[in-house]
Amino acid sequence: MAELYSKAYRKINEIKGPLVFLDNVADVKFNERVVLVDSQQRRKNGQVLEVGERVIVVQVFEGSDGLDKKATEIFFTGDVVKLPLSEEMLGRVFDGSGHPRDGLGEIFPEVERPITGSPINPVSRAQPRDYIETGISAIDLMNTLVKGQKLPIFTGAGLPANQVTAQIARQVIRQSEGELVVIFGGMGITSREYNYFYRQFQESGALANAILFLNLADDPTIERILTPKMALTTAEYFAFDKGKDVLVILTDMLNYANALREISSAREEIPGRRGYPGYLYTDLATNYERAGLIHGQPGSVTQLPIVTMPNDDITHPVIDLTGYITEGQILLSRELDRQGIYPPVNPLPSLSRLMNLGIGKGKTREDHRQLQDQLYALYAQGVELRRLTAIIGSEGMGAAEQRVLKFTERFEREFVNQGEQPRSMQESMEWGWQLLSEVPRSELRRVEDKFVEQYMPGKAAEAVAA
Amino acid sequence: MSVIAGQISRVSGPVVQAKGMEGIKIRDLVQVGQLGLMGEVIEIKGDLASIQVYEETDGLTVGEPVSSEGIPFLVELGPGLIGSIYDGIQRPLEVISEQTGAFIRRGTTADPLPRERRWPFEPTVAVGGRVGPGDIIGTVQESSTVLHKIMVPEGVNGVIAEIKGGEYTIEEPVAQLEDGQELFLRQRCPIRRPRPYLEKIAASIPLVTGQRIFDVLFPVTKGGSAIIPGPFGSGKTVTQQTLAKWSDADIVIYVGCGERGNEMTEVLTEFPQLEDPRSGEPLMNRTILIANTSNMPVAARETSIYTGITFAEYYRDMGYDVALFADSTSRWAEALREISGRLEEIPGEEGYPPYLASRIASFYERSGRVRCLSSADQNGQQDQAREGSVTVIGAVSPPGGDFSEPVTQNSLRIAGTFWGLDAQLAYSRHFPAINWLTSYSLYLDALKNWYDQELSEEFLQMRAELLEILQREDELAKTVQLVGRESLSDPDKLLLQIARTIRDDFLRQSAFHEIEAYCPLQKQFYMMKAILSFYQHCRGLLGKRPYAEIEARPGWEQLARMRYFENEDFAPKYEQLLKELVADGGAVQQGVSQDQ
Repeated sequence: MAELYSKAYRKINEIKGPLVFLDNVADVKFNERVVLVDSQQRRKNGQVLEVGERVIVVQVFEGSDGLDKKATEIFFTGDVVKLPLSEEMLGRVFDGSGHPRDGLGEIFPEVERPITGSPINPVSRAQPRDYIETGISAIDLMNTLVKGQKLPIFTGAGLPANQVTAQIARQVIRQSEGELVVIFGGMGITSREYNYFYRQFQESGALANAILFLNLADDPTIERILTPKMALTTAEYFAFDKGKDVLVILTDMLNYANALREISSAREEIPGRRGYPGYLYTDLATNYERAGLIHGQPGSVTQLPIVTMPNDDITHPVIDLTGYITEGQILLSRELDRQGIYPPVNPLPSLSRLMNLGIGKGKTREDHRQLQDQLYALYAQGVELRRLTAIIGSEGMGAAEQRVLKFTERFEREFVNQGEQPRSMQESMEWGWQLLSEVPRSELRRVEDKFVEQYMPGKAAEAVAA
Repeated sequence: MSVIAGQISRVSGPVVQAKGMEGIKIRDLVQVGQLGLMGEVIEIKGDLASIQVYEETDGLTVGEPVSSEGIPFLVELGPGLIGSIYDGIQRPLEVISEQTGAFIRRGTTADPLPRERRWPFEPTVAVGGRVGPGDIIGTVQESSTVLHKIMVPEGVNGVIAEIKGGEYTIEEPVAQLEDGQELFLRQRCPIRRPRPYLEKIAASIPLVTGQRIFDVLFPVTKGGSAIIPGPFGSGKTVTQQTLAKWSDADIVIYVGCGERGNEMTEVLTEFPQLEDPRSGEPLMNRTILIANTSNMPVAARETSIYTGITFAEYYRDMGYDVALFADSTSRWAEALREISGRLEEIPGEEGYPPYLASRIASFYERSGRVRCLSSADQNGQQDQAREGSVTVIGAVSPPGGDFSEPVTQNSLRIAGTFWGLDAQLAYSRHFPAINWLTSYSLYLDALKNWYDQELSEEFLQMRAELLEILQREDELAKTVQLVGRESLSDPDKLLLQIARTIRDDFLRQSAFHEIEAYCPLQKQFYMMKAILSFYQHCRGLLGKRPYAEIEARPGWEQLARMRYFENEDFAPKYEQLLKELVADGGAVQQGVSQDQ
């Protein structure tokens, strides 16, 4: 196939890591896709990173193993990297570069799109407005996910991010009654992780509506740069050409960023924090920003990227920049996990920025905002008190404070720790009010009287009044 | 105009190098490649020019043409700016979306200001009048709230030979000078050089924001500058948007610089619906938006804040108070870093270019209150004399929430007000999550007269008292950590209680509550007064009654609810409340005497 391309060259001058440097080739375009064929007739894909009068820099996605200066031929395709797209992709598994890896043959494309995409015109974006019920109280009630949002899950090594994500995906699929498309982009994940997701999709019957792009841990590193772009290009096709609601799960974006770093350092670019390139923010943003809704069109792209925090460090550049770009974050806590709490969502640093758009009267319930606000305030107070108790003992605490402590305990043990069983939004709210009844009314400064009267479990409300 | 024509010799991301560019100047605008992508010259070596390109450079190749007319990038200024949304290089995004659909395609161009629309022009000078740069020759009602003043551009001087009211497009002359020069509704202006003014003057009026923590504790002047640094999730953008909504500026310019697309959508959806509390008109009628979201080209992001501040100066020159919100200046600094990296410049701190500090400083220095450019001084035309201001409020996104990083530190040296966002406050959903212990305002002395005259001489005293209580609370908190709250003395317990009221019922303010979102200054004053008089009152009761009884007074709950008083005609309610808080005390004193 490579022979079809008109221009073939044997001009490699230098090979360094994933980069190949060529001499003086005419008419090469920036970001053009190239095909490399080595002496054993093995094909590799690459992309032009820099064009100059004397030198051309090409990154090789499958790595430069086996390439040599003399025999390797380079074909310039004259076009940027494109992905063939069609509805036949549903139920299929592709590798990180978009080639089928399930042995079912190539797809017949309806269209081909450049995988870098184009930015959505901010004017054309529609404001996200519908919440997505994930069945997890700590998310639904406290950090509501909204259709069109990008909400990453920050996790640490050994924490059950995959379970939580799979649980959300299952629930969302169940609710959509088969309308939702799930696109899974795996970057540098282990076969064990892949098998877990595959089984989850299979068991929930979601596989028919899922498309998987997989770059496993032993696949070429540089290919990871393509994988999320493949997944998101496909997502945009299904959302904005076919009018589907699409949920994109990307795991693990840390591996993506590390691949980026590898290329940057091979190019001898000036590194930013922890060796990541200075353009890491822009690069991550071009992926994460590919979520949302468009005016006058059905369909939406919602992103749930999973990012591992190295050494549980939330200030790590990849985590930090992700947090700045995305619309909130769900943070998993090692401490809660150790106590056997599942899902171990740490409510305090978790946040959904778009929550307000999806909740309230006519959406969830009129008291949602105040209830959430109150639970947060009390829990934050309780965590602080608990720290004090550790120093001064519970004797130093007043009666009201004791009750806040009790609330905090129950909040973690009963509200957050719900297990695999999904809860409806209604149930989560009932739980919330139930917990508030633990605390004297005078401590509940963030809920208005009318809501207390209406929603506080009856007996408890009277008891507090008395 | 001479045309310089060269060829691409190298492409690396957003930076393109061209050869054969002899005669080009730094910051000249160039057209790159077959598509004619816009770019700006940022480095010259021999006949080689390095160009930052405002669009994606995919597909460019060595040898493609590069041309320039040898003039810098100019923005168009004139009626039609208000209510628009532009990208960083003033392309009207609404027009673009009609042309190319929901996704922005490369090489799309559109006129920044509408060419066909006719504006009603009313002259304010007569034939025979002598005018110079900055002088107002007439007005156009641009939106329901903005009267656009048509000014003589720089370098134009003369006597009006012809001027007539009527309906004009921006390309038709509205006046002619005796030497034949024509004046239009529109002018063009470079963005990297501050627009001229007569002189900077001291700012002495606060930008009233309707947000208690800003107006009472850490005000910024009209013409001042403020920065809001904070880690992610601490509410920078919500705070910026809240300020953009409720500030009493005449014109608001909101620059979404490298931030989220959905946030711009939020502004675009909400601003046309929200009412300006002063005029009752939609907020959009005084607002210009610049959206260069994080996934849009990085060079245009670098440009966006200059485009924004040039708009701001233009309206300032008409005599308006303008507030410019830049969210986020860190993304702009990162754009600088990215371009600098591509130029292979030797980096300064954390990879940022060594000129970061001077760029930040010269940006913030474009804020200020000025006597606007006019011929008032030269020709003695006093009716042309006017003042205007630009207030700059910049969000900063320090990596890892660490304020010691270069962008925060360099901004701190310049800005007069520092609003430090605090992750811990945000975690407990205390918003705005401004840390009252670390934040500061350097404008209090400048504002003293205003507060004394417009509100009350008590205002600043009470402010000092609030801060003192909060400061003392912080010290006590350390003691509490060691010995527990129960072992504190009664006065200290009371202080903690009142501090909590100040935090929860005064400083905390919901941006989403119908009434709470905007709190009139007078109401803020009453609330502060209520809290402090109640505190004073309770202090008087200490020792006379058991502490538990003081703690159980209904006054505490009344204080918690007073924020929800309607924003109109609240004065009688507060007067009543102030009495009740005291009357309640009277009852206690009676109780005391009965007990005895």
